[in-house]
Amino acid sequence: MQDLGINVLFQGTNFLRLLGGLWITMKIALISVGISVVLGIPLGMLMTLKNPVIKTLTRIYLEFVRIMPQLVLLFLVYFGLARAFQINLSGQLSAVIVFTLWGTAEMGDLVRGALISIPKHQYDSGAALGLTNLQIYLHIIIPQTLRRLVPPAINLTTRMIKTTSLVVLIGVVEVLKVGQQIIEGNRYTAPTAALWIYAVIFVLYFIVCYPISRLARRLEKRWKN
Amino acid sequence: MKEAKKLLEIRHLKKSYGDLPVLKDISLTVHKGEVVVIIGPSGCGKSTLLQCINGLEPIQGGEILLNDELITDGKVKWSRVRQKIGMVFQSYELFPHMTALENVLLGPLQVQKRSRQEATAAAKKLFERVGLLEKTGAYPRELSGGQKQRVAIIRALIMEPEIMLFDEITAALDPEMVREVLDVMLTLAKGGMTMIIVTHEMQFAKAISDRVIFIDKGEIVESAPPQAFFTQPQTERARKFLNIFSFE
Repeated sequence: MQDLGINVLFQGTNFLRLLGGLWITMKIALISVGISVVLGIPLGMLMTLKNPVIKTLTRIYLEFVRIMPQLVLLFLVYFGLARAFQINLSGQLSAVIVFTLWGTAEMGDLVRGALISIPKHQYDSGAALGLTNLQIYLHIIIPQTLRRLVPPAINLTTRMIKTTSLVVLIGVVEVLKVGQQIIEGNRYTAPTAALWIYAVIFVLYFIVCYPISRLARRLEKRWKN
Repeated sequence: MKEAKKLLEIRHLKKSYGDLPVLKDISLTVHKGEVVVIIGPSGCGKSTLLQCINGLEPIQGGEILLNDELITDGKVKWSRVRQKIGMVFQSYELFPHMTALENVLLGPLQVQKRSRQEATAAAKKLFERVGLLEKTGAYPRELSGGQKQRVAIIRALIMEPEIMLFDEITAALDPEMVREVLDVMLTLAKGGMTMIIVTHEMQFAKAISDRVIFIDKGEIVESAPPQAFFTQPQTERARKFLNIFSFE
């Protein structure tokens, strides 16, 4: 007899397994975002310098990471390093490396944009009041930079969470892979499970990403000037 | 002529951007309580002159004295000098992440280390004087251009400066807002504030100034009381410039 696809979800620990997969997804994304923020801020500050060598190098890095599909980067790190240098990294570590490379580049560009978008007059107005350079940065420049930075940085986080679905292809068992396993396991007893499982995964992604992108939009609105 | 004491003295000021000379040899003395209006074609260096006076632009020659103290020798701390020189810019640059009141309080609290209570009271008084008491909690984006510019004026005034510099502060405003800002400046002038005003509002210049300075191509071409300057300019360059503003 055939089950309704939805029942598969509640058999055994299937739902918990899906949540476990989601946790792997989130772990890779959040660790990568965390490291990207830490590395991206100094990178962005470097990118505002006029030095042509630094400018060219950071530009090449940014463009390379942006133009390369993330999947190719994942393959390069996971399979390429193993082939060429006998470096065997786990799938998760490879994923964190690739997403950090990508996130740092994007973050750096965001920081650069936020910094150069503060008009010179803001510095002058602060100086004209008698504020020291440190006070100008502390009270005027950094608060404004952060306000411009936080919404796009949050958006970057959601993009990263979604893009982690690629790591299936280097053997990481995250939420999508768990879903496929459940579908495969019940192929004969519940052939319609696929639709249900993917729908649940859709909802899971939505539950995670929607509040984040709402937060970004709210902050953007609040800080608009 | 007034027998007031010299407040600001500029001697043989030279300023250039790279090889391009902007101010060639400017000497100018402003006495306490005097209102000096600087006019001249755009790009003549009048805004740059104001920026040199409070050290926002480095100078290449000459010296500036405030209260007989040399402030351009590189030894004086600009952050101290700038407290005595209030400046308001053309593009109303309030700090967009702070309310109007916080904008005004930043200087007194951070630079002068005054108590919040005392500074707030002083700020409220100034807000009332320019008719913006109900706008203290508003963010700059919620204010009109004229309102922003009035807040910018009191942000400078609360530091109790000895001289105020105004750099074309009505140039970016809609015409109907120009008046409210000019009125604030007129009141200041009547109250005895020493001011240097760069403006294109000729009628206003005539009404407010004790002296008009006409700058062209980086040098002072004429310096005269407003009545004399506007009715009988002495130089051809000044006549030509004034003609732009008349329609006869």
